[in-house]
Amino acid sequence: MCPYNETSSHNERHPEAEREEVVGAMGRTLAEKIWEQHVVRRAEGEPDLLYIDLHLVHEVTSPQAFDGLRLSGRKVRRPDLTIATEDHNVPTVLGPITDPISRTQVETLRKNAAEFGIRLHPMGDPGQGVVHIIGPQFGLTQPGMTIVCGDSHTSTHGAFGALAFGIGTSEVEHVLATQTLPAYRPKTMAIEVKGDLPVGVTAKDLILAIIAKIGTGGGQGHIVEYRGEAIRKLSMEGRMTVCNMSIEAGARAGMIAPDDTTFAYLEGRPHAPKGALWEQALEYWKTLRTDDDAVFDKVVEIDATTLSPFVTWGTNPGQGAPLDSVVPSPDDFDDPIERAAAERALQYMGLTPGTPLREIKIDTVFVGSCTNGRIEDLRAAAEILRGRKVVTRTLIVPGSMEVRRAAEAEGLDEIFKAAGAEWRTAGCSMCLGMNPDTLKPGERCASTSNRNFEGRQGKGGRTHLVSPAVAAATAVTGRLTAPADLL
Amino acid sequence: MEPFTTHTGRAVPLRRSNVDTDQIIPAVWLKRVSRTGFEEGLFAAWREDPDFVLNNPAYDGASILIAGPDFGTGSSREHAVWALQQYGFRVVISPRFGDIFRNNATKQGLLPVVLPEDVVERLQDLTEAEPKTEITVDLVERQVRTGDQVYPFEIDDYTRWRLMEGLDDIGLTLRHEAEIEAYEKRRQPWLPTTL
Repeated sequence: MCPYNETSSHNERHPEAEREEVVGAMGRTLAEKIWEQHVVRRAEGEPDLLYIDLHLVHEVTSPQAFDGLRLSGRKVRRPDLTIATEDHNVPTVLGPITDPISRTQVETLRKNAAEFGIRLHPMGDPGQGVVHIIGPQFGLTQPGMTIVCGDSHTSTHGAFGALAFGIGTSEVEHVLATQTLPAYRPKTMAIEVKGDLPVGVTAKDLILAIIAKIGTGGGQGHIVEYRGEAIRKLSMEGRMTVCNMSIEAGARAGMIAPDDTTFAYLEGRPHAPKGALWEQALEYWKTLRTDDDAVFDKVVEIDATTLSPFVTWGTNPGQGAPLDSVVPSPDDFDDPIERAAAERALQYMGLTPGTPLREIKIDTVFVGSCTNGRIEDLRAAAEILRGRKVVTRTLIVPGSMEVRRAAEAEGLDEIFKAAGAEWRTAGCSMCLGMNPDTLKPGERCASTSNRNFEGRQGKGGRTHLVSPAVAAATAVTGRLTAPADLL
Repeated sequence: MEPFTTHTGRAVPLRRSNVDTDQIIPAVWLKRVSRTGFEEGLFAAWREDPDFVLNNPAYDGASILIAGPDFGTGSSREHAVWALQQYGFRVVISPRFGDIFRNNATKQGLLPVVLPEDVVERLQDLTEAEPKTEITVDLVERQVRTGDQVYPFEIDDYTRWRLMEGLDDIGLTLRHEAEIEAYEKRRQPWLPTTL
């Protein structure tokens, strides 16, 4: 249903513009508080000018932005609020980039970083990794900050109670030049997760179930705040998984209010405040929560107690179902557009309606990505693979070199190798077909990444999004499998 | 950026919903470091099918794309906008756009027009029946017109003004540099720096 179907007036505000304040001061949501705190300039009929506390950069969406700066004779305004890494193009085995176009792109970032004075973690650097993994790792991602990057999964950082969202290359150039971004404040949506997640149901299963419920356009125009006990009980890494995939529900950003879990994660990290500044920061961070009398534009409720391991069967992240169920039929969909989309998806994915999802044979398993490439994800996979052997090609890709070192210190790499899996170096890897880790046409993959679009992992590749535990169990049996099935 | 006031052209009906930006421009194309040359990559995978609508010569030279809901979901790649523009499109009409895509489009002067689903379907029917149908997209009046039909659309005053003038965001922002400096002076002291 189109929300903009009203008669035109000539005093139109952007559909995302602030709604009028209701008479009788009402509380504010977390998103509104952070937004207001960052407005550099506000003028009637114009977008707000927001200050950006942290700008993350990678090699894919920055070349043309730096070129633009060069052409207009501008510098980067705040190199000290900017950090870059190489992640999308890099191979995940040690060695040079063999693809000349990829190599050019990476070399271009190195040249730009040197010329404009930007901190860069290149391949081979101990701090290198996937951009949304290194920010939190360094303690650069903190509550209350505005964080942007030329990458849609920037929403990940919202797990810390930051306002974080993806931008296009022109906006990357704008932030580089001015450290600000003109934007209209989106609406707010609360996703209230009620009850506790059953044992064996992970953050990944939760967010996949949420996207299946509200659809890939469900969050469009909104900043989503995830709330409820089940969210509070998630670790920071679990929260990052949830916020990471907010974009797949169409949301502009996803956030979780900071709490003691957040503060404990941050304390002592390289760029977290120390001493008196830590105390000051903590005092401010504790105010970063939605007021009890605040009103969200939309509220969605999810019953966590009904959830189970969840997978996707189709070609968008909303086309998912519990692993316990079967491939749907197009006739199951009332909406003719969804029905047509299901038909297309089933054809592309080579699936027959009624087939139990557990019978789907898998060729390749990928554990990694900004969604599920952190130490807890690797531990979950190792837990399943310990003492077992994989029957599929299995890539285990740590999200950063720091995660890799941590995994090796715990002996997880030995477990993976003993199982017959490939232990890789850090990068975006098989998430998106821009580096050597790609699927061949028709190859079917159980992937802990975030998108199952047609051709996403390689032309003609077939992607089933799953949690790390399901990915590992699947590698053992060669079919979509839940860990509980192995017992 | 070229100013956009009013545009009349022929249209391509794309009968797909949820056209994500991986379909609009596959990842392999994102390796380019220049801003040009993306027209070959537009819907690259779908264009391999001879029956794909863009391969129908009846639609050659069309400059308006009419697509199903949720156009431009997924990745933030602005390359999707560049590919559409470099192929020759000046307008995309859909019942609903992915937020980042819509934003990117307005930065580049590719006009995203939101019309109700039933109107979009009617326009798709029209252009399927007669590919030579001329459609006018009038940003000044905020109307899409074809034959004797008039469909109003919404767009906020600021974006409309900026597109009509062909103005660049960075130049507009730097007019307010003093305010940026003032803000910087009052930022909280514990905020991290990378250098």
